[in-house]
Amino acid sequence: MADELKDAVLNYVAKEYLEDDSEPLTYDTPLISGGIVDSFSMVSLKRFLENKYAIAIPDDEATPEAFDSVNKIVSLVQKYVAKKG
Amino acid sequence: MSNIGSYDERVKNFSWTIAEKELGYKPGDVINIGWYCTDRICEQGKGSKVALHWEGFTGVEKTYTYNDIRLATNTIGAFLRGLGLKDGERVCLFMDKIPELYLGFLGILKIGAIAQPLFSAFGDESLFVRLSNAETSAVISQKKHVSKVRKILEKLPHIRHIIIVDHDGVAPLKDREVAFSLEKSAPVEHLDIHPTKAESASVLHYTSGTTGMPKGVKHVHYSLISQYLTAKWALDLREDDIYWCTADPGWVTGTSYGIIAPFAIGVTQCVLDAGFSAEAWYKWIEKRRVTMWYSAPTAIRSLMKAGDEIVKKFDLSSLRHLASVGEPLNSEAVVWSEKVFGKPFYDTYWQTETGSIVIGNYPGMEVRPGSMGKPFPGITGTVLDPVKNEPYPTHSKIGLVALKFDWPSRMRTYWNNEEAFQKKFRSGWYITGDRSKLDQDGYFWFAGRDDDIINTAGHLVSPFEIESALLEHPAVAESAVVSKPDPINLEVVKAFVTLKPGFAASKDLDLEIMNFIRKKLSPLAMPQEIEFVPSLPKTRSGKIMRRILHAKEWGEEIGDTSTLEND
Repeated sequence: MADELKDAVLNYVAKEYLEDDSEPLTYDTPLISGGIVDSFSMVSLKRFLENKYAIAIPDDEATPEAFDSVNKIVSLVQKYVAKKG
Repeated sequence: MSNIGSYDERVKNFSWTIAEKELGYKPGDVINIGWYCTDRICEQGKGSKVALHWEGFTGVEKTYTYNDIRLATNTIGAFLRGLGLKDGERVCLFMDKIPELYLGFLGILKIGAIAQPLFSAFGDESLFVRLSNAETSAVISQKKHVSKVRKILEKLPHIRHIIIVDHDGVAPLKDREVAFSLEKSAPVEHLDIHPTKAESASVLHYTSGTTGMPKGVKHVHYSLISQYLTAKWALDLREDDIYWCTADPGWVTGTSYGIIAPFAIGVTQCVLDAGFSAEAWYKWIEKRRVTMWYSAPTAIRSLMKAGDEIVKKFDLSSLRHLASVGEPLNSEAVVWSEKVFGKPFYDTYWQTETGSIVIGNYPGMEVRPGSMGKPFPGITGTVLDPVKNEPYPTHSKIGLVALKFDWPSRMRTYWNNEEAFQKKFRSGWYITGDRSKLDQDGYFWFAGRDDDIINTAGHLVSPFEIESALLEHPAVAESAVVSKPDPINLEVVKAFVTLKPGFAASKDLDLEIMNFIRKKLSPLAMPQEIEFVPSLPKTRSGKIMRRILHAKEWGEEIGDTSTLEND
């Protein structure tokens, strides 16, 4: 599940937010501090995660730090998927 | 003692010649911003002083002295001239906050061309309308952004050159593209600087219009006079400051106060090219020992949200003066900054069209938290009765913020749109488009926009532009775009959408439309909420009544609905 989730988030970020597809994107590439996803675009990324995994991420937890890499996003998503049971 | 000293005394004895004398300028002289920001500082014997500390998101650092930026701007200017670019031509800068953006801006000005900075997050449609309107001759960009230019290039016959500053040689260059590397180019010691005069065009910044497409605000080299003096008096900027302006030069703050004013004064600037995080920002202030910090309410509110504890992890004692711009700074933010930084943020008010600060809170004057402050010395401002188009005889009435249009950095026209420019005036007053009231002591208090323009995180966004783009989505039949309140960004975009037959509202469609606008226009223009509705409120003549939707979002009275269709 974790690997599948990681790949799904990585692929989505690459498809939707990466302007230069020759830039390497890894699970640890800084997304917010690296300027790939800005604070406004974070709203659409959060919406994607909520739609795809049928979860609700509270605004207080959707911080630039929590969205700063694919790995961090996956941790956040897993927390809410687990809560859902 | 602050630079401005006593505000009241400055008002009494004011003349713009104060700045002219300090800059050694006399009417009729050549005045070139590029020269003032680089060569002049070197001629004063300060060539070895650090002009710019830059750090990218990967931690790469670059430092430039004033002599370095003199040479770099000469080198860029010579390269552009070598391509055949001439004075008066528009050269767009479409880049992240990398050194080439700052140096390219001044290099363009040195050859007398007009710098047209555009926010690098703009989508291809936003880019197209601005490049097309300006009939831009060249675009300076990075490989990560150039795909957006390529996408629209066929429709832009005026573009002769696309200059890529970080071409790595891996992918081949395409039509009209040329590689330029500042680091690999031989520094040009001498460049014949174009003899621009006071009224020669310098910068073209685009701003949103309510009912039309974006308008190009034309500024001239004489704007330096206002930008220099307001930075000294309103921002209290001093030659020995370590200065950090957080604005992106894709917007006017990032050029007026992120390039022109600080370099003309000769300060050391710091630029952090990384996305926002409270920790990274505080670390930057600590690392660079920033003394003067010019930021925006949205950033300040985001820092407030990150909490007080994180502030204590850093030594921010270098901070001497703080100021803010972009949207009204709420009193809570002023009080909070006093608590955590030991000093308030001084709010300043101005617009792309004004080119420099026109109303503000100054170190030499009592700060009233939540107030816009008072007009800068030499500037006459008032609150106009919107019906009579004359100043209210008494204070405390909400009306239009209006200014006598006579300071050096005022816009000269809207590019190719003199008609829209003329519409900005009533009874001899320049109408800002903002509403406010005056208190009994002459302080302005912001009350909102006087039109449908959305101010999100300090950036103006046009509902018209978003509605036009929405119509290009295959599922959208009609739309109305308004602002909705937001605790961090002041306002964000909300779209009401009716769908074409065969399409049904869904979460996936909602996300698809959001991303469609984000990529086409910009992340700022992306609706953060989409409400699918069966129909939109319209007048009997078929005009969509945004006013009703806006009032609903803000919990305001809907007002007169007598012209509403089916009412």
